[in-house]
Amino acid sequence: MASNNNSSDRQRIAQQRLGRIAAHLHKHEDGNSGIIAKECKIDATGSTEENKGTVPRKRQEIMKWNGWGYSDSKFLFNKKGQAEFTGKRYRLSGMTLPSLQDWFENTFGASVKHKSPATPVLNASVVPPPRLNEAFVENLKATGIPFSNEAEDRLFRAHGHCLHEIFALREGKKFERVPDMVVWPNCHNDVVKIVELACKHNVCLIPYGGGTSVTSALECPPEETRCIVSLDTSQMNRILWLDENNLVAHVEAGIIGQDLERLLNESGYCTGHEPDSMEFSSLGGWVATRASGMKKNVYGNIEDLVIHIKAVTPRGVIEKSCQGPRTSTGPDIHHFILGSEGTLGVVTEVTMKIRPIPEYQKYGSVVFPNFEAGVACLREVAKQRCAPASIRLMDNTQFHFGHALKPQVSSIFTHFLEGLKKFYITKLKGFDPHQLVVATLLFEGDHERVLQHEKEVYDIAATFGGLAAGEDNGQRGYLLTFVIAYLRDLGMDYCVVAESFETSVPWDRVLDLCQNVKERIIRECKERGVQFQPLTSCRVTQTYDSGACIYFYFAFNYRGLADPVHTYEQVEHAAREEILANGGSLSHHHGVGKLRKEWMKDSISNVGVGMLKSVKEYVDPGNIFGNRNLL
Amino acid sequence: MSFLGHRSLMYKQGSSHSQDPMLKRDGFEDILEERRNSSDLKYALRCYAPVLYKGVTPCKANMLKNIVLQSDQLHYVINQVSQESGEAPDIIQEEASVILEEMAHRLQISTVRFFAFALSKAFKTLFQHVCVNEEGIQRLQQAIQEHPVVLLPSHRSYMDFLLMSYILYTYDLALPVIAAGMDFMGMKFVGEMLRMSGAFFIRRSFGGDKLYWAVFSEYVKTMLRNGFAPIEFFLEGTRSRTCKSLTPKLGLLNIVIEPFFKGEVFDVNLVPVSISYERILEESLYARELLGVPKPKESTSGLLKARRILSEDYGSIHVYFGQPVSVRSLAQGKVNRSTYNLFPRHIPRKPMEETQSFVNDTAYRIVRLQEDNMVLKPWVLMASLLLQNLEGLELSVLTEQTVWLRGLALSYAAFLDWPDHAPTAKVVSSSLALHRGLACVSGGRVSLVVGEPLGPVTPEEALFNRAVSVLSCASYRNQVLHVFLRPAMLAVAMHTAASSKKNEVYNCFSFLWDMFSNDFILCPGDIDFEEACYLLVKTGAVQMPQQDIVMTDIGQPTLSFFNGLLEPFLQGYQVVCRYLCEEASEGLTEKQYIPAVRSFAVKLILAGAFTSLSEMF
Repeated sequence: MASNNNSSDRQRIAQQRLGRIAAHLHKHEDGNSGIIAKECKIDATGSTEENKGTVPRKRQEIMKWNGWGYSDSKFLFNKKGQAEFTGKRYRLSGMTLPSLQDWFENTFGASVKHKSPATPVLNASVVPPPRLNEAFVENLKATGIPFSNEAEDRLFRAHGHCLHEIFALREGKKFERVPDMVVWPNCHNDVVKIVELACKHNVCLIPYGGGTSVTSALECPPEETRCIVSLDTSQMNRILWLDENNLVAHVEAGIIGQDLERLLNESGYCTGHEPDSMEFSSLGGWVATRASGMKKNVYGNIEDLVIHIKAVTPRGVIEKSCQGPRTSTGPDIHHFILGSEGTLGVVTEVTMKIRPIPEYQKYGSVVFPNFEAGVACLREVAKQRCAPASIRLMDNTQFHFGHALKPQVSSIFTHFLEGLKKFYITKLKGFDPHQLVVATLLFEGDHERVLQHEKEVYDIAATFGGLAAGEDNGQRGYLLTFVIAYLRDLGMDYCVVAESFETSVPWDRVLDLCQNVKERIIRECKERGVQFQPLTSCRVTQTYDSGACIYFYFAFNYRGLADPVHTYEQVEHAAREEILANGGSLSHHHGVGKLRKEWMKDSISNVGVGMLKSVKEYVDPGNIFGNRNLL
Repeated sequence: MSFLGHRSLMYKQGSSHSQDPMLKRDGFEDILEERRNSSDLKYALRCYAPVLYKGVTPCKANMLKNIVLQSDQLHYVINQVSQESGEAPDIIQEEASVILEEMAHRLQISTVRFFAFALSKAFKTLFQHVCVNEEGIQRLQQAIQEHPVVLLPSHRSYMDFLLMSYILYTYDLALPVIAAGMDFMGMKFVGEMLRMSGAFFIRRSFGGDKLYWAVFSEYVKTMLRNGFAPIEFFLEGTRSRTCKSLTPKLGLLNIVIEPFFKGEVFDVNLVPVSISYERILEESLYARELLGVPKPKESTSGLLKARRILSEDYGSIHVYFGQPVSVRSLAQGKVNRSTYNLFPRHIPRKPMEETQSFVNDTAYRIVRLQEDNMVLKPWVLMASLLLQNLEGLELSVLTEQTVWLRGLALSYAAFLDWPDHAPTAKVVSSSLALHRGLACVSGGRVSLVVGEPLGPVTPEEALFNRAVSVLSCASYRNQVLHVFLRPAMLAVAMHTAASSKKNEVYNCFSFLWDMFSNDFILCPGDIDFEEACYLLVKTGAVQMPQQDIVMTDIGQPTLSFFNGLLEPFLQGYQVVCRYLCEEASEGLTEKQYIPAVRSFAVKLILAGAFTSLSEMF
């Protein structure tokens, strides 16, 4: 390994890298050193031993059945009314956050006295009894592939993380349709068998990866009368081989982001693909939804990272015959699979680009007097093509939100606070605290180049009135990403519903789109009888040559509303219409699922929809992959 | 929500206007009352701190110019023009800067204060009352803070825009910037004064001039987008010389609506403002102008001469600020904004068909709203009656018929300002007194006043004088036309169709509708016909059994009044048609056309072929 001739250096880098991830993520004891080519261990002989990975078959053993993330990690207001984050997994774990309550109550007009607690335990009666296809079950048993038809397992795979889904779980509402059984294939060949059996017995298959969908993509179509089988890929979680000459790794598609990074890090590599959901989302899911990672400026989005895809469809296995870095062989068949959202088949194995772990990583932040200046700066950075691995611009609301998450104990946050105070008093004179916004930055590369790069970006920022605001401030911005989903659960404990959604839009429309969408949300909430001012916030999360990705947060206190979820959905629908009317795309990386299907025709034209339909018609004439996403 | 659709729905349900929430009208306050009781100077110098759109700080005129000159929109056109003409972009840029200099307003608070003082004095001399609906002002104040506001007043007098700014100043609202015709700029000193009180000047015609259009539209849009001030312009394009609403011009409306379609603003509020004068300052001037006496060029000395009008009583003014109309709500479901997504926003582009028809419908809708809130004085009813009886009327008959017409007008939801608790005779006599220049009572008969010419008169001169007084009077009748127009067209249609079959009457109505579509504000679709039927049935003048439309026993006076009301307009068209058939020669130019028709009509009238005079133009 030419790039790592000094082994202590390498170790230091790896440690840095690990330290950062480990701070957020679960610790693992791992036996696996060195990665070698692996075959499917479990053959027809049928060992049912679980593969080692973060996600067990019984996900509910470590993860919440009615909320986000690990069971041991959650926000709560303690008896003193102070917010704290339980568990040990995250940087914020075990800390109290004294400002959160004030922020929460002031922002939403909520009160810690008005609780709306979730149903504590799953009531099996909300799960309809399974409609099993006996012949299919018999044949499946013969393969030895593990499966279950227990209510907990089935319910867990009947939903993603849309607001209405989590709300229904919390309220103990009855689910109209859930998968009738769950299967856990261990390898590609298992999937081939399952798909063959499904075709033979006319069973509906719904692939399930990390379960982090926010587009109703995992919802079972209520009109589906066949037996629905959830195909859980979580046990297909191995790196099959790693090719250091070509810098690619061949990986089973069920692996989740944190495991993939951890395993590659052990060999000194990374993919650099870090979507916000990387703790739980899977490689196959990324491919199926066209995911985007926070560091795409250096590593690319999923479609740039993928070299080879193997997928099982009712017509058979689809894959390319070589790993040429680029081909001119007609339309790229990968692009039928990328974004197919489980409607064509199951992605089983992916060959993906890898990179050596960067030598040096540095966070940074810049404060701008207002959002306009910030956007102008990001646009200039994109124009000069000197964007750091990640550059994000949070609006003023999010800046204050981040501020409310500062822990009590002395830590980097204390520094930040001190720094910020100084800011207000001295440098920030003339910066209106109700206008200023902050951009967070992450630089990667060798030490010298990072410093050079940093200077370049800060120089551009200065021309737009931006002031460097320190590393801690930047790092904190990224922290928000990982805890935001946990915070939604806290909100829901106190009558606040929240959701996020995204779009991409040309540069010249960024400001207008942000402003109009926020205004539309506020107006729709008012018209629909929401009694409290909603929170609307956005950030620019990705920059491209010709435009940017915008990510919105939207939340409101639903006290006084008869059907908060319905109101919420109406407002979100209106917000999406506003996005489309303002030149935004239907989705940048969340996908379409069933939530945004109605706009597909307008988005890609009738002919476009017809093309996709004819592909589906050929690949899956019996609609075995019947989740009814996209079309 | 479609206002007209809503209305026609209400008609079908048979509810009356007075229950229609859209037509619930506010009360008025007289703003001159306070001026009569406190110091004008103090008033002119008081603290003036209006709230602006989203709290923006007012923008210096120079900064505004810079934003316009540096805009992508303008640069694009400059480069385009430069490529087409071969001139260097610098030179074109310089041209643009000169155009902008000529156009731009230079709003200055000191000038505004000067006007506040001077107008207070003038208004108190000229008018008895200047009445404003304060609820409308409150709505406006709210609207200004929420979204960019476009004020769309009716245009009957030069007074209109001074009056608007005066009222907004009085209520501590942001002063509008006003699109004014270039002719004002010719007035030395006064032109500059107007500029400093917020007027910006546009050339009357600049059809093919790309650069001019670009500077102009970017200037207006910049002001709108940044919400520095409400924009004010006259949809009718020019002062209506006849007091009929003119068909709206769409250019400026297109400009102010486009930022919404392009997503540059969340919404635009259009505020119709109805300004009703009891007596218009320009009354006889207009009549002469219509008869071909050239409009006096706007000049400062002309203005000074006009001082003599200060000695007359012009009654009251009513200014009604209508409900703000949200462009976003209007466009809902009519215009697909995403069609703007595929074209760079800074490149000028002809509006799409769907947009054009939306803007057109919106313009008509706003003018109808202006009409609906026009305050009518008893005199307009009397003028309507007098014009159907040019030989004069017994005072008692006039009084009796005025009472009858008042009832009819009220049942058609006219916004009538009839003095409370005053006996009708008193109302009639005080109206006659105010308009003694137009009508006089002698020997118990009321007739039009005809100016006494000096020296010997030719028949043509006598006719001219008579026409002046008829036209002056007609300008009052015209104020009530919008109330009666639709039923009157139906009455004429019934008369001409000479059949009671509904579809035949409808065909006649459609013919009239087509013919009059440039004379009156008519709305697309069958709404006008439906409204006409509804109103005539409601007042018992017609019945509609099955597929028929028939006059009732009591319908005669109503229908014949309506026939008489539209008679002059029909005769006007007949004269033109006769002229074109009998006299017009090849190669008739537009310039020759009007004088030629006019002298043809004079010939016909002197020969006794026509009795009516009021629609000669």
